[in-house]
Amino acid sequence: MPANPDINGETHRAPQGRTGLKKLLLVLLLCLSAPAAAEYADVVLNKRSEAAGMPPVIFQHWFHRERFRCKVCHSELGFQMRVGANDVLMTDIIDGKFCGACHNGSLAWGPENCELCHSGLPGLKTGIRGDAETRGPGRW
Amino acid sequence: MRMLALLALFWIAASPQVGAETAPASRWQKLAEDGLHDPANPGLAFLQEPGQALSRLPPDVVGNRVRWVEALRQGMIAPRASIFPGTQIRVLDGDVIMPRTGEMPMVRFPHKQHTEWLDCSNCHEALFKSKAGATPVNMLEILGGEYCGRCHGAVSFPLTECNRCHSVWREGTGPDHAGKP
Repeated sequence: MPANPDINGETHRAPQGRTGLKKLLLVLLLCLSAPAAAEYADVVLNKRSEAAGMPPVIFQHWFHRERFRCKVCHSELGFQMRVGANDVLMTDIIDGKFCGACHNGSLAWGPENCELCHSGLPGLKTGIRGDAETRGPGRW
Repeated sequence: MRMLALLALFWIAASPQVGAETAPASRWQKLAEDGLHDPANPGLAFLQEPGQALSRLPPDVVGNRVRWVEALRQGMIAPRASIFPGTQIRVLDGDVIMPRTGEMPMVRFPHKQHTEWLDCSNCHEALFKSKAGATPVNMLEILGGEYCGRCHGAVSFPLTECNRCHSVWREGTGPDHAGKP
């Protein structure tokens, strides 16, 4: 005997047709709208860049941590471990502070190579990216 | 529902990050296609592609798809520990067991692996008190980017990797004890 027959003897079932289609469309939409993935821990610095007429800076943790331990930048150079907490000015960099401790034309390219750091697409918001695996901590 | 499950399976199977043990360079997005770099910027030609650098290192399935601690341990990378003369390089060997983890296995925090990368001052005394048990760490705050979550989930292995921290089974539990996880 079919489960739950109504007065007309018809079996009640969830109206699968329409909701199923909706879910299918939702999944397809999610598949298609998956954004291009930045590398894990890439940082967009745009607190001042675009306001000053330059493209945002893309800092790549993966590149730098192959060459320097975290403590070099986050202890010796004084970078706070939170996106947006650092006020990095070009004048500081030219004076050898922050990025300028290495990016001085001797250890790494100097600050006259603008487009190598100011390499981001217009309109990017300051933040840590490449968090496709977990969406990262909510606060970032 | 079956259709949905099939689609989800296909999605997972087609996703290059999941479950792959080998590491072809194609697993990493090219700079010009990563949604951050401006492909019209001629400077991109001078920047290293992540796949070129990271495919040589011990593979992982999350984060940068690299086991950074292992890469350092094996000497595959030799990142500098200081750039200024006279900086004291402090490394501490000593595990901290965090027992108040509810039904999850306890957390073992290894100072060695952390201090090889970080300085004591990166965590102490702002994020964590030096005294064991004095810091009210909880997962909600960690997921919100505090405590361990300042790095894990942002730059070091992400918070989906429960067992890498919750690694110490309580007495009478664990994989060897039938019926208990």
